[in-house]
Amino acid sequence: MNHLTFIYGTDWVMGHQHICSVWILLFSPLVAAVLITLFTGKHEGLSAGLSIGAILLSFALSLRLLLLFALKGIQHQPHPMEWLILGDSVRVEFGMTTDALALLMLMVVTGVGSAIHIYSVGYMKGDTGFSRFFACMSLFTFSMLGIVLSSNFIQIFIFWELVGLSSYLLIGHWFEKPSAAEAGKKAFLTTRIGDVGMMLGILLLWSRAHTFEFTEIQAKLPSLNLSTGVLALIGVLIFAGAVGKSAQVPLHVWLPDAMEGPTPVSALIHAATMVAAGVYMLCRVSWLVLPSEAASWLIAWIGGVTALMAGSIAVTQNDIKRVLAYSTLSQLGYMIMAVGLGGTTQAMFHLTMHAFFKALLFLGAGSVILAVHHEQDIWKMGGLWKKTPITFWTFLIGTLALAGVPPLSGFYSKDQILLLALSRSRPLFLIGVVTAFLTAYYMGREVFVVFFGKPRDLHSYDHAHESPWVMTLPLIFLAVLSIIGGWYSKVPDFLGPPHESEHHSLLLAGGLIAVPLLGFFVAAKIYWRADPSDAPVKAALGRLWTVVENKYYFDELYLWIVKYVQGTIANVCDVFDRWVIQRLAIGGLSVGTGLLGRTARLLQTGSISGYAFFFALGATVIIYYCVVR
Amino acid sequence: MTTAITLNQYLFVSGLLFALGIAGIVIRRNALVIFMALEMNLNAANLALIAFSKFNKLVEGQILAFFVIAIAAAEVAVGLAIIVALYRRKQTVSVDQLRTMRL
Repeated sequence: MNHLTFIYGTDWVMGHQHICSVWILLFSPLVAAVLITLFTGKHEGLSAGLSIGAILLSFALSLRLLLLFALKGIQHQPHPMEWLILGDSVRVEFGMTTDALALLMLMVVTGVGSAIHIYSVGYMKGDTGFSRFFACMSLFTFSMLGIVLSSNFIQIFIFWELVGLSSYLLIGHWFEKPSAAEAGKKAFLTTRIGDVGMMLGILLLWSRAHTFEFTEIQAKLPSLNLSTGVLALIGVLIFAGAVGKSAQVPLHVWLPDAMEGPTPVSALIHAATMVAAGVYMLCRVSWLVLPSEAASWLIAWIGGVTALMAGSIAVTQNDIKRVLAYSTLSQLGYMIMAVGLGGTTQAMFHLTMHAFFKALLFLGAGSVILAVHHEQDIWKMGGLWKKTPITFWTFLIGTLALAGVPPLSGFYSKDQILLLALSRSRPLFLIGVVTAFLTAYYMGREVFVVFFGKPRDLHSYDHAHESPWVMTLPLIFLAVLSIIGGWYSKVPDFLGPPHESEHHSLLLAGGLIAVPLLGFFVAAKIYWRADPSDAPVKAALGRLWTVVENKYYFDELYLWIVKYVQGTIANVCDVFDRWVIQRLAIGGLSVGTGLLGRTARLLQTGSISGYAFFFALGATVIIYYCVVR
Repeated sequence: MTTAITLNQYLFVSGLLFALGIAGIVIRRNALVIFMALEMNLNAANLALIAFSKFNKLVEGQILAFFVIAIAAAEVAVGLAIIVALYRRKQTVSVDQLRTMRL
């Protein structure tokens, strides 16, 4: 016993089966991805089975960990493995964090992920890259679980990048389509910008704390006596990583384009899990980010601005998935805002609920897209509710949950964020309320245009059909979660000590319920008709509509920056390279060597007498120098 | 009257021989003659060695001189063979005409 304790540390001996289970939980999707890539590429059924089996195993193990933790209060924290040791100063471990925050996120990733994996079997049926798709999904699941379980900054950063890689691979799944390949590239490069900031933040923190471990830094932080400026800088730099991954302003431009990927990917990566990783990471290191007044203020405002801006853009979009993408941006903005206001539990609560209903909405959208044969323009749909009843009802549930209609899950989580905002910052509360209105409005628009009215494309309407059970079953599962998710009000408390109970009046509660209903009412007034169109809104808004429809010209601005600023720098570099490096340095060296050689050749006369003479002369000089001096 | 020959006189003769050898190498064009002049250099060195040996009462100088003679013999064998081979090939031993290695 003592011997074992010495070797493996106490945890191992205390309950090695639990420790093993955490490792299996993390690595089973990776094993599946490797097996699919190496062996089962030709056998589609087997590939899907492996991938789904792996995530179900992870789900089961996560559930077990959660139950052990919630019911018995047992937390299994595996002993970290030594991973990278450079000299005495740099020491990186491969650890596992299994606190409440991680367990909740594990449930979201594996639970929602399982439903989406199963759904994908139906959605991706007949696709040429079927096995590749599942390999990438498993790789993504592994990377995402890695982020969740990470115990230090280096580990989280590596998985962070792995997630970016799998996101790139999955967005570009249909790489033969140029727009998909471009979107993948855009997503990868845009998030990289944030990641560089995050890396700088990690290094800056390391230069002060000399450790990467979350727990060690947290314990050390008060004794480090960091100045306000440095603390704010670290917070903002690490937040930059979240800005990239969670697609906040100004790095939000990649997420709508990422909709080029298959719909299950949009649901899993670009709605439920990866984009939420930024929020999760901020919650994980909230003790580092929140003490800085400036950093948390910036985080809250970036979240608020993103929520409002993305919400307004969603109103003008015509692609069924892009509306949802902007909605995702907007909801992520809520979460980031909550983190910035100090409400990590509220943020995580909303993250969880959002994962349920946004995954549901995306899967529903995917079901609609399949029903009308890969048409994504909402104006070419219409009247679909009779043709695809299960999709319609589940989509409606998702919509109501997203809008925050009681008693669905979104109501509880959004309500908490708004109340938090009210107690901290009036302007942000106002932004939140306006966004809530917009949310209900654009979701109402989408539902009325897609499912009601008279069919606008009769051909595709006639051929529309309900999806197979592998797709509807996950829809129903997620719909149930979206309904009941918020009822268990212990979820936020589970993460930490209950926040101070907000004492709010009946009037306020009524107002918060009325906001989404008002949004639906306005949407119904405009779009609930046989032949809906944007024309009345366009006429009312005028120029504003054009600006919003063009996404506030962010893409154009970035193109301009790339074209002129980056282009100018590139030109300068080009001139420098061409003239200074190529001509002066390299060309000069070679010409100089050539000239020297040419001159030296003149000495080689070929006359033996000459050589003998110079030899004797040289010898004489050397002897003279040695002897006489 | 017989005066003993001093070390300086030996060395002077040795230096003279050496200088003559160098002059021969530089001035003459016939490879065979250059070769002979080269031998003169070696023998100038020999003379100096033996003179030092005699005046310093050391035997090493003489041993070294024997080495030089032995090596010179070997060198002559190789050198003459090269010159003969050269003559067969080029029909000349004048170094002025043997300048294929030149620029």
